Amino acid sequence: MNTAAIAPQNSAPAVFDPRRSFQGLILALQKFWAEAGCALLQPYDMEVGAGTFHPATILRALGPRPWRAAYVQPSRRPKDGRYGENPNRLQHYYQFQVILKPSPENLQDLYLGSLAAIGIDAHLHDIRFVEDDWESPTLGAWGLGWECWCDGMEVSQFTYFQQVAGIECAPVAGELTYGLERLAMYVQGVENVFDLNFNGGEGAERISYGDVFRQAEQEYSRHNFEAANVETLFQHFRDAEAECQSLLAKGAQGERQLMVLPAYDQCIKASHIFNLLDARGVISVTERQSYILRVRELAKACGREWLKTEAGGG
Amino acid sequence: MADFLLELFSEEIPARMQAQAAADLRRLVTGALSDQGLSYMGAASFATPRRLALHIAGLPERQEDRREVKRGPRVGAPEAAVQGFLKSAGLNSIDEAQIEVEPKKGEFYVAIIERPGRGTAELLSEILPGLLKNFPWPKSMRWGSASAAPEALRWIRPLHSILATFGPETEETQIVPFSLDGVTAGNVTYGHRFMAPGAITVRRFDDYVRSLESARVVLDPERRRNIILFDAQSLAYAQGLELIVDTGLLEEVAGLVEWPVVLVGEFDAEFLAIPSEVIQATIRANQKCFVLRDPNTGSLANKFILTANIVASDGGEAIAAGNGRVVRARLSDAKFFYDTDLQVKLEDRLAKLENIVFHEKLGSQGERVRRLIELAGAIAPQIGADVEAAKRAAKLAKADLTSEMVGEFPELQGLMGKYYALAQGEPEAVATAIGDHYKPQGPNDRIPTEPVAMAVALADKFDTLVGFFAIDEKPTGSKDPYALRRAALGIIRLILENELRLPILGLTEGALNGYLADENNADVRAVAKPDLPDAVLNFFADRLKVYLREKGARHDLIDAVFGLGEQDDLLLIVRRVDMLGAFLDTEDGSNLLAGYRRAANILKAEEKKAGAEEAKSYQEAFAPERFVMEEERDLAAALLAAATAAIHAIVDENFATAMQALSNLRAPVDSFFEKVTVNSEDRTLRLNRLRLLNGLRTAVHQVADFSKIAG
Repeated sequence: MNTAAIAPQNSAPAVFDPRRSFQGLILALQKFWAEAGCALLQPYDMEVGAGTFHPATILRALGPRPWRAAYVQPSRRPKDGRYGENPNRLQHYYQFQVILKPSPENLQDLYLGSLAAIGIDAHLHDIRFVEDDWESPTLGAWGLGWECWCDGMEVSQFTYFQQVAGIECAPVAGELTYGLERLAMYVQGVENVFDLNFNGGEGAERISYGDVFRQAEQEYSRHNFEAANVETLFQHFRDAEAECQSLLAKGAQGERQLMVLPAYDQCIKASHIFNLLDARGVISVTERQSYILRVRELAKACGREWLKTEAGGG
Repeated sequence: MADFLLELFSEEIPARMQAQAAADLRRLVTGALSDQGLSYMGAASFATPRRLALHIAGLPERQEDRREVKRGPRVGAPEAAVQGFLKSAGLNSIDEAQIEVEPKKGEFYVAIIERPGRGTAELLSEILPGLLKNFPWPKSMRWGSASAAPEALRWIRPLHSILATFGPETEETQIVPFSLDGVTAGNVTYGHRFMAPGAITVRRFDDYVRSLESARVVLDPERRRNIILFDAQSLAYAQGLELIVDTGLLEEVAGLVEWPVVLVGEFDAEFLAIPSEVIQATIRANQKCFVLRDPNTGSLANKFILTANIVASDGGEAIAAGNGRVVRARLSDAKFFYDTDLQVKLEDRLAKLENIVFHEKLGSQGERVRRLIELAGAIAPQIGADVEAAKRAAKLAKADLTSEMVGEFPELQGLMGKYYALAQGEPEAVATAIGDHYKPQGPNDRIPTEPVAMAVALADKFDTLVGFFAIDEKPTGSKDPYALRRAALGIIRLILENELRLPILGLTEGALNGYLADENNADVRAVAKPDLPDAVLNFFADRLKVYLREKGARHDLIDAVFGLGEQDDLLLIVRRVDMLGAFLDTEDGSNLLAGYRRAANILKAEEKKAGAEEAKSYQEAFAPERFVMEEERDLAAALLAAATAAIHAIVDENFATAMQALSNLRAPVDSFFEKVTVNSEDRTLRLNRLRLLNGLRTAVHQVADFSKIAG
């Protein structure tokens, strides 16, 4: 079977090589986007469902100030857990996130450059931009863009934000999200995510993705589907919601807002708790909509208040 | 004569929007030119993922000079009127106007305004910016630093360059000068994103198409479709296989590439254990690839056709291998779902249906299933279906909504239920009914023909239709969010094509009772109005008319049959329409119609003249002893005989005989009108004759309301 789809090019040491180690893929993307002028941030230190939730994306996308950042974000999707048994699905995975405001004229070319940097040769592979408009009901956000395909596989999401937290983006930011595991599986030619080479080592030196995460997938699947205390979670949701509103109220000083970031943390928290409750299967279809609306109201309030801060251009 | 070429070069346009956008571009630009008095010989527009192009051939280089004559006020009119005229005609003083004499009316000022024709290129540069700014994209966006301003240009995706040239067919062309939010029109475009990304200078359409082809861009979507189809069929043939043609997919795929390169990919044969519809849906929806079948066995092959956008340096090996890997991963997901689903019995899924909302006001799918069991059980004996099988199928019909597979591919609902039912050993009839109960989904979809399947399919549609009517969610105008028209048409086709005898009113009441019997369903009880069955019946009448009209039935004949009122047996209605049409085509039929009309016209005229009281008295029975002429008596006798025969025939549903009976009236009607004067001086005679004519009208109306017949 021809799975070694990605031809070797230069010979970086395996520990840095995007085709031979998971960390090499991350390092190559970081290097590329650092050269493109992005601030290389670190993951946000809270549980989020996607890199978009990081304040460096969702809040910085609002307001007039230019912004360029790139970072890895661990993303938690409690419902996607499969007890470490599915070769493609994880309840915890990594996204590589790039946000550029305003979206540069050559954003597509930059993106294609980043693929080249991780060893995807556009003359050997079929790279395509396939319509996929993005919408996040919880964040009150939408944008137009594509899913980017490499030989029929979706490797990234490419979005021009039009609205965030219910507010029109002016100017518009461009957002790129790479699903790192899937991309790594492709460039390493691996069929099961747990077989990914994480550190580039061989033999006894080799640390696989499974070595790092399989046990976590099993334990968190148990937690997400069976064990998480539902009553506590409901209470935490109410607490986070109340705290978010309370912090915004306390932070309001005339035309300024002094505590939007702590308030937004509570919004993120509420969102993750909702995802856990959803995984526990205790939220009915009708309730589901109302929980999403409650989180959206928090996100919208934070977005509105962000514009009253210095970084928000207020 | 000159040519105009316009190209809007952008980031990737969604495939599904390309054809409409190209059509809109052509319509809007040619429309704007026509408004300026500019005619042209031909216009064509094209779309690729990255460009919209328009070519207009045979345009004049200038507008015609125009001379306009504007009539003003009478000579000696008040100063204000004269000033107004000067202003509107663009004159400086009244001396510039001429005076025209009109016989009998006097002298008037007239302004002759010369309007020299303007250059077409100049007009285009004025027209295009506004037209493109308001281009009717279904969705559009802002981008880049310009998007800081609220009035920024909106386009489907970022617009990178505009090419606009105009000029005679043989000489140099000029750039049509305009700019759009910072993008300035020029004479440059770009080739294929990867294979020939360089700039190309263009003069006119001919060299544009040629240059693009050598830069690996096929401009014409139809040509791309043909290339894909031809190459796909050839590749399939070379493998000893047959392409399963999918025109919707073909159209989409042609909108995803500028340079189609067709390749074959492969997946492990073990996946063929998954139902073929699942394989096809997986490969189509996720990968936009075509599937192949073995022409000898008709079953799916473990190969597929993909369309790449580049000629790869390794001949496409890596691309085919990569696509194969993705297909494998998707199919192993599908197989996993399928195997997981098979481990749960359908009845064990029913509990979960209680949590799936059917509609906020109409309760859960669980409640719906309980109604369907009752309704399907009630319909079954009326159409010769096994009652227990129908109830069983109705009970399990919605269970697959909770399966992994339907969660992934909602379009497979029903079908998956059928597979799972067969796997757990349900009888064939039950499984078929589960699989077919959503059918028909559209005017061309297959109609269930197994009695059990018909019963469940009818129950499903009646429950939907009546439920939404009960909560007043009827379709209005172009809005039909719950596809109730489709449900009604489905019922109509089920009944007519299977020749079923079912009373619409009875079924409507049955379905409504299902909702009312549910104690939890306060909404329907609160909202449902007593006229609901009539409203549903009227809706069916409208849909049936649409259906029959599309089948070519005469509109007026449908109205004539519906004019009888209280018709709720669709099959009988259609038979009557058919018979009526056949009868009217005979000489007897057309003569009877003429006689009927004469009678009806006389009655109508008299009824109009008379008071309401008197008009009503025409409807009473005529008195045979008051007839004085033979023709009167003959007609009366024939009428009694014909009416009796017609009524009996109609009771027996023998419409041909009923019409034959009426046709016997033709001779006595003709002689009556020849000899008898209806409007006799004798009031008693006159009244009796009017009553006789009314008897004729009534007899004819047993068959159809002849007053609705046109011609």
